[in-house]
Amino acid sequence: MHGQVTIFPLHTKNLCYQIGGKRLIKDISFSLSHGTKTFIVGPNGAGKSLLMRLCHGLIKPTSGSVECHAVQTTQKCKQAMVFQRPVLLRRSVAGNIAYALRVYGVEKRRHREIIEESLRQVGLNRFSKHPARSLSFGEQQRLALARALALKPDILFLDEPTANLDPAATHVVEEVIEMAHLAGTKIIMTTHDLNQARRLSDDILFLYRGRLKEQAPTGELFTNPKNDLAQAFVKGELLWWRQRPLSPDCDAHKDQ
Amino acid sequence: MTDFSDALTTALTLVATMDRDLTEIVLLSLRVSLTAVAIAAIIGLPLGAALALLRFPGRKVVIVLMSALMGLPPVVVGLAVYLLLSRSGPFGTFGLLFNPGAMILAQVILVIPIIASLTQQVTEDLWHEYEEQLQSLGASTMESVWTLLWDGRYSLMTAHLAGFGRASAEVGAVMIVGGNIDHVTRVMTTSIALEVSKGDLPLALGLGLVLIFLSLCINMGVHSLQTVGRRWQR
Amino acid sequence: MKRPVWSAVAFAVIVAGLCGVADAGDRYITVASTTSTANSGLFKDILPRFTRKSGIEVRVVAVGTGQAIRLARNGDADVLFVHHRKSEEKFVSEGYGVKRFDVMYNDFIVIGPKNDPAKIKGVSDVVKGLSSIAAATAPFVSRGDDSGTHKKELALWREAGVDVKTASGTWYRETGSGMGATLNTAAAMGAYTLADRGTWLSFANKEGLAIAYEGDKRLLNLYGVILVNPKRHKHIKAEMGQTFIDWLVSDEGQKAIGDFRIGGKPLFNPNAPADTR
Repeated sequence: MHGQVTIFPLHTKNLCYQIGGKRLIKDISFSLSHGTKTFIVGPNGAGKSLLMRLCHGLIKPTSGSVECHAVQTTQKCKQAMVFQRPVLLRRSVAGNIAYALRVYGVEKRRHREIIEESLRQVGLNRFSKHPARSLSFGEQQRLALARALALKPDILFLDEPTANLDPAATHVVEEVIEMAHLAGTKIIMTTHDLNQARRLSDDILFLYRGRLKEQAPTGELFTNPKNDLAQAFVKGELLWWRQRPLSPDCDAHKDQ
Repeated sequence: MTDFSDALTTALTLVATMDRDLTEIVLLSLRVSLTAVAIAAIIGLPLGAALALLRFPGRKVVIVLMSALMGLPPVVVGLAVYLLLSRSGPFGTFGLLFNPGAMILAQVILVIPIIASLTQQVTEDLWHEYEEQLQSLGASTMESVWTLLWDGRYSLMTAHLAGFGRASAEVGAVMIVGGNIDHVTRVMTTSIALEVSKGDLPLALGLGLVLIFLSLCINMGVHSLQTVGRRWQR
Repeated sequence: MKRPVWSAVAFAVIVAGLCGVADAGDRYITVASTTSTANSGLFKDILPRFTRKSGIEVRVVAVGTGQAIRLARNGDADVLFVHHRKSEEKFVSEGYGVKRFDVMYNDFIVIGPKNDPAKIKGVSDVVKGLSSIAAATAPFVSRGDDSGTHKKELALWREAGVDVKTASGTWYRETGSGMGATLNTAAAMGAYTLADRGTWLSFANKEGLAIAYEGDKRLLNLYGVILVNPKRHKHIKAEMGQTFIDWLVSDEGQKAIGDFRIGGKPLFNPNAPADTR
């Protein structure tokens, strides 16, 4: 596989993660193709964020593997991640992006141009010299996004990037994500907002209690989910499912 | 209680007339303590930040040890440095004893645990916030240490102040390794001790007031720097 | 402020601070001496005269005699200038010092509260005086720091047949500190103590204290000066050290010592034998 052009930028194989004897990610295998926006959905505690961190390499899996390939080159694929709460360094707006570029090893002479471009993308160029932490929450998230995109990643991970934002700010962030997607970045995002998932995603991974229950194109999952948990989830009835511990279906899944 | 008013008069006269001996002593005090703090910072800052972000067996022990060493008695440090620098000691050939260099060395040892320990506390909080983001950007451990120190710089000034306070106020170590030699190693604290032993209590107290005044000036300077820097620290 | 600015500041502080931390100029000697000579102001008075004449700076480390001898033994001083003849002779005979020279003397005095609770004013000799302090269990403050004064005091107690070791902590208190600190303690406690005349005359905080007894032959306080043996420690500045000693015992040095006064009273009497001058 190495050294070849691949259409599957991200694979996981039998991915497991446990901590303190508690299994949080259970035997997840999937392949994601290039050029789509993949959303990871599921109820709270399903392991969405955890799975994303495993894929991004922030945490090491207990067993199993994550493989990632660059789209066009033989190099290691470039990844970036935006967190639910933006983590901005105590520097200027431009300084935050410059820092990321420097750590990433981007030539210094290109910094200015890249910074300007990415700030323009998120509409923050007039704040360039402001302290990053004096921005509003929505602006901070846009800056985090600009910082991630400045790295021109092959894959961009977004962990509930709009969870704490008002509709207007959410809209801006969604637009930027769309722009990145059109520029060829593979988008992988978690959300608990089903409407957002329906609106933005191309395909969906549905997680439930640490297991991958269904991987399907968005339209299919919403109209005709194969997994009954997924069905309940898209209907907004999963709460009810969880309250029936004796459900034979649940037990059957446990035995898998 | 006349001693106190005498002391105040003495202190004011000394400062107002820019007494030459006093100026010399004050400058030496500042030079020794500031140099000691600067050197201790070069060692203590990365050490503290490394303790905050590295996970290794025995880390907790090192952290507890470091904060226990904040209370290291100056006299013990002075004695240890004396034994090291004495002509009969392992580093005797350098002839550092009874020179400002020996005083700086002793104070560096006193200040390192303070700066390292406080740095560890400041950067550990920062690390909790930054860890995933820096990891995501692919920052190396070295890079992360510098980032924590740089971004925590205004909070870390407090660590330097604490270190400077310790260095400029201690008398036990500089007395032993400096020898309180007039015009060579006499600093504020050793001259206060000397005046006490001469029984000139108002002069001793007056010098003490000058020392407090100096410390006040330095603290005010740093605090205003912090205020300016704080807008970056939100 | 930008990062280079911070680095530059730190760098400048360290460079400036470390300039000349070690032996920069070599035209100086280190003298280990006692607090009684330094605190009285004698050195401040006579040393500039020597420096003017010879171009040699004299750096005095003033500690107790015991500690001064230890410093000299370790080679941390070039010249030893103390006041306990027995220890000095031992220092020379063990090969640490070259030769002992008599320089000057004064005397020890018993200091006590003005009302003299042990009634020692006018006793025939100092041993009787100490005995009556012990008998009255009047508070007595001792240096307790292995200094020349402390050694002299212990010898006197031995002669008086008083076991101060067992009394320590009751009427007999050891401060473990210098003469000045001990006098401060005596002033605060209204206690007796043994002091050298030099420190007493220059001591400012005499509050309630006065000379309770003086004048016994036993109370002679002899100062000697010794060059630390360069055969023991190669770096000893023997030539300059000897120049200093030669000056101290010369007519000029002896006159300088004799001329030093506080409140019109001489503190030290020069006594270098004529043949060394």
